[in-house]
Amino acid sequence: MPPTMKALVYRHSVVTRLTHWINVVALTLLLMSGLQIFNAHPALYWGQKSTFAEPWVAMTAVERGDEMIGLTKVGPLTLETTGLFGFSGNEKRGFPAWSTAPSYRNLADGRHWHFFFAWVFVLNGLVYLSANSLNGHIRRDLLPTRDQLAPRHLWHEILDHARLRFAKGEEARRYNALQKLAYGGVVLIVLPLMVLTGLTMSPAVDAGQPWLPAVFGGRQSARTIHFICAGLITAFVLVHVAMVLLSGVWNNLRSMVTGRYAIDVEGDAR
Amino acid sequence: MSAADTRRGWLKGAAAGAAGLWLTACNKVNDNPQVQATLKSAEGLTRQAQRLLISRKALAQEFTEADISSDFRPNGSISPGDAEYRKLLMGGFADYRLVVDGLVDKPLSLTLAQVRALTSRTQITRHDCVEGWSSIGKWKGARLGPLLDLAGLKADARYIVFHCADSLGGGGANGRYYESIDLIDAYHPQTIMAYEMNGAVLPVAHGAPLRLRVERQLGYKHAKYVMRIEAVADFAHLGAGKGGFWEDRGYEWYAGI
Repeated sequence: MPPTMKALVYRHSVVTRLTHWINVVALTLLLMSGLQIFNAHPALYWGQKSTFAEPWVAMTAVERGDEMIGLTKVGPLTLETTGLFGFSGNEKRGFPAWSTAPSYRNLADGRHWHFFFAWVFVLNGLVYLSANSLNGHIRRDLLPTRDQLAPRHLWHEILDHARLRFAKGEEARRYNALQKLAYGGVVLIVLPLMVLTGLTMSPAVDAGQPWLPAVFGGRQSARTIHFICAGLITAFVLVHVAMVLLSGVWNNLRSMVTGRYAIDVEGDAR
Repeated sequence: MSAADTRRGWLKGAAAGAAGLWLTACNKVNDNPQVQATLKSAEGLTRQAQRLLISRKALAQEFTEADISSDFRPNGSISPGDAEYRKLLMGGFADYRLVVDGLVDKPLSLTLAQVRALTSRTQITRHDCVEGWSSIGKWKGARLGPLLDLAGLKADARYIVFHCADSLGGGGANGRYYESIDLIDAYHPQTIMAYEMNGAVLPVAHGAPLRLRVERQLGYKHAKYVMRIEAVADFAHLGAGKGGFWEDRGYEWYAGI
């Protein structure tokens, strides 16, 4: 067996690294202030208008005996979610204090945080997308190749991920198909959807761009999709951080700070 | 107490302590005036971007009778207890006068019948509350633009202020509701002083006898129980100087988003 050696490959451009860390800050504060805004009316609907008696999702608190319990309704289901949704920290509230910015109820402050970091996020995203479209990073590294999309190959990758076997050697030079689908899906679909559904909640934008509420099936649908996408992004971040921890935390962190990523190569690599 | 229990108790305490520190730190940052000022700078950017990108004449979407909400939610004051208002209400608003003054050539004092005789507009629009919900209603009212022209705005008038009859949050002069909009919104064709809702006389819960409809902005801009319309050069001398009841309490003056 030939000896394996470490080789440092240049993986992340300075634009990617910078926009990544700005995004970490922006998305964290957007999520926390978004939950504050949601708490002002912790219910979701489909369509143009709110059907108050029949929300699709609702977080409420009710009295049971001499204690309060939190309830979360999702479609036909109603779950008891005391301490997390509906009732927590001895008060009636949608999401708990530790998850909102600020922690106490203040819609005005929540909106200030949200719209400030919405601008940061959008401008940061435009820098990322324009630079990485021009230099070919998105086409070259984020869109899956034909061979990666073959069902046999995808199934193989799913099994490898489930066994926590990560790509080595030459295969580690490029993103695998699951990474590409996750990164590409978030960068090119979910995050832009977040901006568009966010804009659709603005009554002034709707007057100027009536196609927006039309595309999403109404302002309340846009608000619901905005919430669902926030959930998808949160899920992505949790998996992303887990994968970073499992596949070599220092190597991953270094690559997102200095750009250099170590891979194992056989023989005397240069 | 077993070692495991002690450990569990210690871990719980540490977790609660960390959570407490986290919340305190977050709220400290939030309450810092420098931070607040920075965050609020986004409001000007949003207003300028929206004014630049959206035609000042762009109409808010209008809906059909079938879209009207059967459960349009009244918010804020729904039955003002202010003595002056109660008296007018008891008298069926016979003694009500809409005052138009400030930086105008010819101050007005109009009865409801006179307001109803002005150029009117009927529209079925979506009301978007800052809390996140929406309701659809049909409104009929006097167009604000022609009404202001009747009084004749002076050249230095830049904002239109709406003084209301209701008090929120403990009452008193500090709690009196008011709002303000700029002349772009004041002269927008859908900006009306509504006296009818869903084909009936405007209910008390929704602002009788007269409320502002300024479509393209959030619900709190739509002042209810309007008593007086004042043209001003700026609104620094009113309330806490931010241009409205909720603006004085931290909300954006420009509520297009």
